[in-house]
Amino acid sequence: MNQENLLVGLAGVLAAAAPIIFAVLGETFSERAGVINLSMNGTILLSAMGGFAVAYNTDNIVLGFLAGMLIGALVALVVAFASITLKQSQVAVGFVLALTCRDLSYFLGNPYMGQAGPRLQSLPIPFLSDLPIVGPLLFKQDFITYVSFIAIILAWVWIYRTRPGLMLQGIGEKPAAAFIRGANVNLMRYVYTMIGGALIGLAGPAYSLAIRAGWMGTISGLDGIGWIALSITIFGGWNPSRAAFGAYLFAFLQWLGLVLQGVFTQVPSQVLQVAPFPLMILTLLLVNIGNAEWVERTLAAMPENARKIFAKALRAMRASPPAALGVPFDTD
Amino acid sequence: MNVELKNIHKHFGKTYANKGINLAIPAGTIQGILGENGAGKSTLMKILSGFIQADSGGQIILDGKPVTIHSPADAIHVGVGMLHQDPLDFPPMRVLDNFLLGRSGGLFPNRTAVARDFSLLAEKFDFSLDPDSYVDSLTVGERQQLEIIRLLWLGARILILDEPTTGISASQKTKLFATLKILAEQGMTVIFVSHKLEDVEHLCSQVAILRAGELVGEMKPPFSTTKLVEMMFGKAVTLGERLTAEVGDAILSLNNISLEDVRLKIKDVSLDLRAGEVIGLAGLEGSGQGMFIRACSGLVRPVGGRVQLKGHDLTGKSYHTFKNAGVNFLPAARLEEGLVPGLSLTDHFVLAEQPKGIFIDRAAGEKLAEDRIKSFNIRGTPLSTVESLSGGNQQRAELALLQTPLSMILLEHPTRGLDIESVIYIWAKLKERCKQGAAIIFISSDLEEVLQYSDRVLVFFSGKVSPPIDAATTSVEQLGQLIGGKGWPEKGGSHA
Repeated sequence: MNQENLLVGLAGVLAAAAPIIFAVLGETFSERAGVINLSMNGTILLSAMGGFAVAYNTDNIVLGFLAGMLIGALVALVVAFASITLKQSQVAVGFVLALTCRDLSYFLGNPYMGQAGPRLQSLPIPFLSDLPIVGPLLFKQDFITYVSFIAIILAWVWIYRTRPGLMLQGIGEKPAAAFIRGANVNLMRYVYTMIGGALIGLAGPAYSLAIRAGWMGTISGLDGIGWIALSITIFGGWNPSRAAFGAYLFAFLQWLGLVLQGVFTQVPSQVLQVAPFPLMILTLLLVNIGNAEWVERTLAAMPENARKIFAKALRAMRASPPAALGVPFDTD
Repeated sequence: MNVELKNIHKHFGKTYANKGINLAIPAGTIQGILGENGAGKSTLMKILSGFIQADSGGQIILDGKPVTIHSPADAIHVGVGMLHQDPLDFPPMRVLDNFLLGRSGGLFPNRTAVARDFSLLAEKFDFSLDPDSYVDSLTVGERQQLEIIRLLWLGARILILDEPTTGISASQKTKLFATLKILAEQGMTVIFVSHKLEDVEHLCSQVAILRAGELVGEMKPPFSTTKLVEMMFGKAVTLGERLTAEVGDAILSLNNISLEDVRLKIKDVSLDLRAGEVIGLAGLEGSGQGMFIRACSGLVRPVGGRVQLKGHDLTGKSYHTFKNAGVNFLPAARLEEGLVPGLSLTDHFVLAEQPKGIFIDRAAGEKLAEDRIKSFNIRGTPLSTVESLSGGNQQRAELALLQTPLSMILLEHPTRGLDIESVIYIWAKLKERCKQGAAIIFISSDLEEVLQYSDRVLVFFSGKVSPPIDAATTSVEQLGQLIGGKGWPEKGGSHA
């Protein structure tokens, strides 16, 4: 493979990861606030279909993306209302919504099956796209991929560097402590769940109006993406940059599978298609290794200086779920 | 700031947690609020700090002005800050983030400026807190210190502390008291909520006593302990004589056992424990006593040495083998390790007593539960879930669940957070077990409890274990010094 092909391939990986990035960031916001939005898989399908339908009928691609976000926010509103106000199980509600939204998208999407609709064109950025290597890799993408780059940075800065983001961490960790620091816990949970839902809803049109333009119903190949995004959120330790790493890793492994199919023709193609999944799990387990007890033991046996450095590195890598994830908040 | 509470009522369902409370606290006072568990102390303080709202009709007046406090944010706005019993902070976040969280300001907090304020305040009170460390690596005492300077930074003029001396070390307590005295001298109003007479007498310049939701009396120094106790419980309670059961046959013998975990190593400890004997384990939290008691229960395997129970070698055997041999262990975290939240008292007795067969005999279970509730004086019904019981009643339930007969009972902080009446009750029940031939090993951070109820004491200091000390001839001061690492022989290890 020559350099040009490689760059095109890798640029494709970045684009293919964009929808997963949105979904993962959306779920991260929602879960950081303490609400598990398990409807993600259905939401992505429904917003992909809805976004395509709106863009097709209005011939306006921007409206298509907005429609996807609106659908995502509305599904999230159902999750939020059921779990925050009605204090029902987030898992049960989210799971049912995941199935309902998926089937709804197949049913409502029938008229649009296989129709040719609008598609987002790539938007090379002047000057920057002429740079060697970085240019074709980063600056010859379509608009929504640029948005995904910016979204990662914004989400990270918001959560770790801003005042409201710090409070967001607190709300998911110990709502009572956030409450005594002046947070309106339940309102914030609504807000973040819906913002998260809107981001998840952006993932749908990012497929149906860009990477895999069009609506193909059950053979769209979108079913399952939501579940993968959910696990990337968890392995990503509810941290936008690590979650983004997970999303890129996944897209990269999928691409690698395709490439290797051409090289190892004797290996059944299914093996290479499935390979990204276990590889993904393995890599992410390695990232989270600091949690294991034997690692602690090994650390304890190290000389003082080395131990301190390693412990610090592992502590920074370590992730634990927001302690109040899935727990309703009451002041009594 | 002058605080005046007028006619404060609060009810939950049919029960009144606070009934018409009137209290005036002048600025610069350290006001003690004394009462047994469930007397309504925490409710009153949560009302003042905005965590919950009082029933209508009452008034809170600060410096002569009536204020309405609807939320903790309102409270801190008018200058009321509260340290909750379980620190309300964020363990996985850094100290500095915890410190600045909740302070209003621009979108991007200026961390350098915040860090400067932080270290100024920490220095002022001689707290050594690393702003970059994570809160989950701090002790409870350090988390309190963090919370105190955070509230001061937010402009608190009234500081409420709910049971602050539970779970902190003796030296941290000394520092806390010194800090509170300085704050009071500067005109701060400190409200110190506790059920520990000793702490209140030591620190407070006036005390209000609550019982069953009502203010039953106030007192200024010099305090009379008897009177305070009488007001707290409505009757006189005494600690009673030191009880010593007759010592019988050897129950447990440890022969040169060594233990180790990630943090600590304990080497070559030998001990002979006889029936009817009580051994107290003293030391700062995490000095090895937790590992030691777990080794006696079979939960931790020693890396060297032998463990014998009534002459049988149980070295390296499982917890179940120990349990079948009559060893019961009550860990400190009652709801996490000792009891099953969500299950009723009946369920617990059924689980503990009916190990055979698949089906549950509910009627018999309920009867059993009723009997035990009566004989252990538990405030609850057979159908009450364990988490709905108060701490003291949970502890009684745990005692009621102990097997009979038993050869050894291991307890971790058996009376932590309980009022004196429950403490006396629980020890009376335990001493009864001693008379029946059980031996007891317990961990406590309350030195007076250790000396009052044990026959011999082992002191732990960062993995070193003292030889057994006779409790009757040791003073609290001597014990305190050993715990702090003073007066140890040069060489580690010990033999009895």
